[in-house]
Amino acid sequence: MADVQMSSAPSARSQRPSGLRSMLYKSETARGYLLLSPALLVMVVGMLIPFTILIAMSFWTRDGFDFDTTMSMANYQTAMDVPIYNAFLARSFWISGITTVATVLLCYPMAYYVAFHVHRNKMLWIILMTLPFWTSYLLRVFSWKVILGYEGVINSGLLGLGLIDAPLEFLLYSQTAVIITLAHAWAAFAILPMYVSLEKIDRSLLEAAADLGDGPARRFFRITLPLSIPGVISATFLIFIPTTGDYITPALVGGPNSPMIGNLIQLQFGAVNNWPMGAALSVILTLWIAAVGLVFLFVTRKSQESVV
Amino acid sequence: MSSDGFISIRNVGKSFGSFRAIESISMDIQQGEFFSLLGASGCGKTTLLRMLAGFETPSQGEIFIDGQPMSDVPPFERPVNMVFQNYAIFPHLNVRDNIAYGLRKQRLPKAKRNAMVDEMLDLVQLAGYGDRKADELSGGQRQRVALARALILKPKVLLLDEPLGALDKQLREQMQLELRRLQRSVGITFVFVTHDQEEALTLSDRIAVMQGGDVLQVDTPNALYEQPRTRDVASFIGTMNFLDGRVLSRVNGHTKLDIDAVGEIDIPTPHPAIVEGDRLSLAIRPEKIVLHRAAPDGPAMQGNLEMTSYLGERSHFHIRVPGCVEPMAVSAQNADLGEIRALEEGAPVWLSWHDDALIVLDGK
Repeated sequence: MADVQMSSAPSARSQRPSGLRSMLYKSETARGYLLLSPALLVMVVGMLIPFTILIAMSFWTRDGFDFDTTMSMANYQTAMDVPIYNAFLARSFWISGITTVATVLLCYPMAYYVAFHVHRNKMLWIILMTLPFWTSYLLRVFSWKVILGYEGVINSGLLGLGLIDAPLEFLLYSQTAVIITLAHAWAAFAILPMYVSLEKIDRSLLEAAADLGDGPARRFFRITLPLSIPGVISATFLIFIPTTGDYITPALVGGPNSPMIGNLIQLQFGAVNNWPMGAALSVILTLWIAAVGLVFLFVTRKSQESVV
Repeated sequence: MSSDGFISIRNVGKSFGSFRAIESISMDIQQGEFFSLLGASGCGKTTLLRMLAGFETPSQGEIFIDGQPMSDVPPFERPVNMVFQNYAIFPHLNVRDNIAYGLRKQRLPKAKRNAMVDEMLDLVQLAGYGDRKADELSGGQRQRVALARALILKPKVLLLDEPLGALDKQLREQMQLELRRLQRSVGITFVFVTHDQEEALTLSDRIAVMQGGDVLQVDTPNALYEQPRTRDVASFIGTMNFLDGRVLSRVNGHTKLDIDAVGEIDIPTPHPAIVEGDRLSLAIRPEKIVLHRAAPDGPAMQGNLEMTSYLGERSHFHIRVPGCVEPMAVSAQNADLGEIRALEEGAPVWLSWHDDALIVLDGK
């Protein structure tokens, strides 16, 4: 027995890979982390560290042109006490909420059409729908300026047709303009996830529903819609989160009543030069978005359970 | 046009573009019947079933169910329900809600609805599974949910699209028995699509054998097996041996035939369509052939034993007969074999049969 072990030991050693390799070979978890590591690195360097700094900074205060790094809740106190901050926050949620609802409602039929009624070249349709995304965000915002402006495409068109006597002034430099521009800018983010979840629905389920007595409308509300809810939820998050913090669109096409919390945060880091206050507002915005997101998830989960 | 059967299919055809999936088909299905559409894949059986359900519109002809023409009735208003091949259980609903799905239209009080669902759960032996989601069910359980979901609506006709195809052999045999039991107890007309001839023979009251979009023969399992009308039907169901021959004469209900590889024989069955001088095909089942070591009295074929397969209860033999392209297949109970069992491969044997074992087929 001892002889056998003696003779087999060297060959076993020569076959055994080095420490790291054997660990990777044995442990699926280790392999998983290795595959994740590039993304993990980016997340740590690009997200975790800056966000930690941001949180830390939000407890500092401004001291002339310098920072007072003693921890204090002063910024949060200000954010709660001064009404304008809450007003801007509420307005941000209002505008991005309307934008989200409008985008999802407008894009659902498009996604539905491609998923159910286009049988050839589906990819071409999807690419065409995401085409606006191939141009820069700023360019898209500026083109809406051209469309919505006082002498823009819509106004001159309507004037030319004799439908209006004077240009419509509410079109540009207003919340309407912000909502229209945001909805268009983020449309692709709504179409794609909803298209995917609609496309995934097994067509025989719809036939089964028809077979069990449901007409087209019933089938939609009892089968198609509930089964596409995951896509709707993704779309909602993908639009709601970035638009709440957007500041370019309100700055360019918004009016006096459309600056959003993003504009305020930008000011803190820019003209006002109160970085700690900007950091505190950013943290508050993040927490609010997380809270609203959780409530939304909870509500959709509940309503999905009650669908019969 | 009035209809003869409970389901009456009149000159129904279906084309997809230039492809003719179904030629002009006419047949009748009786009330309470377990009726199977049997054929290889692509024979049009599923298309025909989907036309009964209303998912496909016939390109020509008309389908009547219980006397009503169906061409203008959409699927959700037809008195039929379907069990889909993949069962199509709604993944976002639990078993109870799946089964109760179609009851919504009837606006029943909740207690009544629950009682009906419970009754169905019992019928398909799923009591206690009501709260499970579709992905928590096995294949057999999903199939029962699909059945219950359709049967709870008490349809006039239940359509089943290869419902047992996805199950393993043992479960399939069990479900075959249950389907038969269920069909008897609810008394609903079943139209069952399958490519499995054994399944069709076991379950059905009558079977329509389909091929290339056409119905070859509609008959009871017994008649299909014992009296297939064409070579296609004969070879599709079970194993069959074919012989070619020529009609010599017809006298007093007896027909004298000259069979290749056999010689002249006399058969009592007067087939109405055959005429002197015609060439014809005869068929004979393997189990209707008797093997002998020495030449028997009467008509017989002589050949050489090519292969023996021992299957326990019975044995299968392949016998090479000069003049026949295919070896003759013979099947016999081992208990009846006697001295034949000891035969070596290559040994000469004689094959004989009773007169009524020979089936005269349509066509050449």
